[in-house]
Amino acid sequence: MTTTDTPTLARLGRLMVDNPLIPLTLILLALVAALAILNPAILSMFWVGNTLKIAIPLAMLAACQTLTMLTGGIDLSVGTAATIAAYVTATATPLIGAPGAIGIAMACALAIGVVNGIGIAFARVHPLIMTLGTGLIATGCLLVYQRSVISTGTIYPDVLVWLGTGRTWGLPNGLFLFIPFAALILWAQRRTGFGRLLYAIGSNETAARLSGVRVWQVHLALYSLSGVIAGLSGLLYLGMVKTASLSLALPLDLPSVAAAVIGGTSIFGGRGGYGGTILGALILTVLATMLTLLQMPEGGRRILYGAIILAVTALYIRLTDRS
Amino acid sequence: MMRLLQLNAWTAGLAALLVLLLLATKLIQPDFGGSGLDSLARSALPFALATVGMAVVVIAGGIDLSVAAMMAVASVTAAVLMDGASDGQAVFAVIAVLLVGLAMGTLNGALIVVTRVPDIVVTLAMLFVWQGVALLILNAPGGGAAPWLRALAVGGVTIPGLPPALTDWLPRGVVFLAVVVALVWLPVRRSKLGLMLYAIGSDPQAAFRSGVPVGLVRVAAYALCGLFAALGGLTVTMATGIGEPIPGPYLLASVAAVVLGGVVLGGGRGTILGPILAVFILRIVRLDLTLLSVDPNVAAIVEGLIMVAVVMFGAVLATRGRKA
Repeated sequence: MTTTDTPTLARLGRLMVDNPLIPLTLILLALVAALAILNPAILSMFWVGNTLKIAIPLAMLAACQTLTMLTGGIDLSVGTAATIAAYVTATATPLIGAPGAIGIAMACALAIGVVNGIGIAFARVHPLIMTLGTGLIATGCLLVYQRSVISTGTIYPDVLVWLGTGRTWGLPNGLFLFIPFAALILWAQRRTGFGRLLYAIGSNETAARLSGVRVWQVHLALYSLSGVIAGLSGLLYLGMVKTASLSLALPLDLPSVAAAVIGGTSIFGGRGGYGGTILGALILTVLATMLTLLQMPEGGRRILYGAIILAVTALYIRLTDRS
Repeated sequence: MMRLLQLNAWTAGLAALLVLLLLATKLIQPDFGGSGLDSLARSALPFALATVGMAVVVIAGGIDLSVAAMMAVASVTAAVLMDGASDGQAVFAVIAVLLVGLAMGTLNGALIVVTRVPDIVVTLAMLFVWQGVALLILNAPGGGAAPWLRALAVGGVTIPGLPPALTDWLPRGVVFLAVVVALVWLPVRRSKLGLMLYAIGSDPQAAFRSGVPVGLVRVAAYALCGLFAALGGLTVTMATGIGEPIPGPYLLASVAAVVLGGVVLGGGRGTILGPILAVFILRIVRLDLTLLSVDPNVAAIVEGLIMVAVVMFGAVLATRGRKA
């Protein structure tokens, strides 16, 4: 087990692979410290609340990536699903009231997930290409829908606004949705059969199949669930920003992948978990604050996100190869 | 021999389908003629070049998700360099853009070979990086294009000495595409490199044991893809006269056209002609939908559905092939 060159580095690497929460927490603290040096006035209870508020929709979308990445997949339609859920809710509420609108919105998000699931489970299309394609089709559907409801105006349901912008004891109300959600995902990934099936398929799909796992059922359920989670985060995001635009949650697509990758979930499946992803989302949010302070343009941010994904994945490959 | 026949049968089938679709277009729109063909060729040009680039990489057993983003980089680079430049300077701008494309593709390939991260992940990450680079170069659509460059792809062909009526129906876009592909791809295909591209696509291990430098050939495949992406980006700027920093819908379209064109996802089989024919088929379907006065957004949905269906069909075929 001992390596000949730099055993401490190898041990540190193994520690990071086995237990990504420790280095991630350190990175988060270091970033906050750097932020404090850059602008000491920024650190306050209000800032903490604000950071949490911004990180919650990102962390929820990153849950879709974490779960799909555990099986070796990815879901690039989450931004579109979230946007559609938000837009439908905002425009259908004046017509049929908030509960009906939210119901329809979630049904749309579920439909996207089901289509993804069908393509991936039965036709065995690579998840990346399948979800990209559904995202494209769904965007087209949204444009058609937008033309038919252009005159209705928008109303944001009070529940969502309360969840998105309200605060209780200085902390955002979004936590009322997020904490049970995160607890459920964390419990499901470790303690339920479904969670273990995800890890099993991600580690070795053939072995899982030979052990009697019906892989297509898991894929179908997984991508449907991913659609639902994306819809839910879209609703929360709508309450937070209170504008129904056609590209509402699309900018979150890429950071959601980055958050899961930073959080230690392997993009090849079988390794990782949601705990790291939450920290990853927080790290990205703090990093975004810092980049705004440094006045980094949008292009620079995208380059940085891409570089982070590539560097972290390459690092994990190196570390796991050695052990 | 049998397989060669089969592949040619697929391409011939595509060509027949293309002719049928052209006839259908003529039925829908009786005065469809030279100008219609011209606009069709112009709109298909970026798609065709992206597809050729994608096809080269897929034949070599990879995939390049960053092709649309590289086109955006090339488009804005061309527009910025040519903005206000004279005709002579524009020539250098074109050369610079092609070099940038080669460099981008080489970087993609080198990262895949050096980091040993799977191509799909690397090019996904690079997709974001190139998007960012394009935005850094040009924040909003703008810049300019040299007029002679626009003339290369717009309008009908005129050959001195022949009556214009004889050659006018042939769009310059098609000629441009044919010349570019003939200049770049045919020499590669005929050389050792072409054989090695097919070799690493069909079985990298066997290729390695036969002495093929697998890593270098893979880098070359991505470099070629980058070059074609740069040409594609150049045609975007050519067609519109401005640079477009937001990548167009070329990624999924190119994958769909590659699959429809008979190149197997997984590598080693297929031609370049098939995917090019497939691009024109997909564009004519789009054109027909427009001529039938279908809402453009609905047409986009139909187009997306066709592409996803084609990719799903291709994936089913690939799975069958693996099992057999």
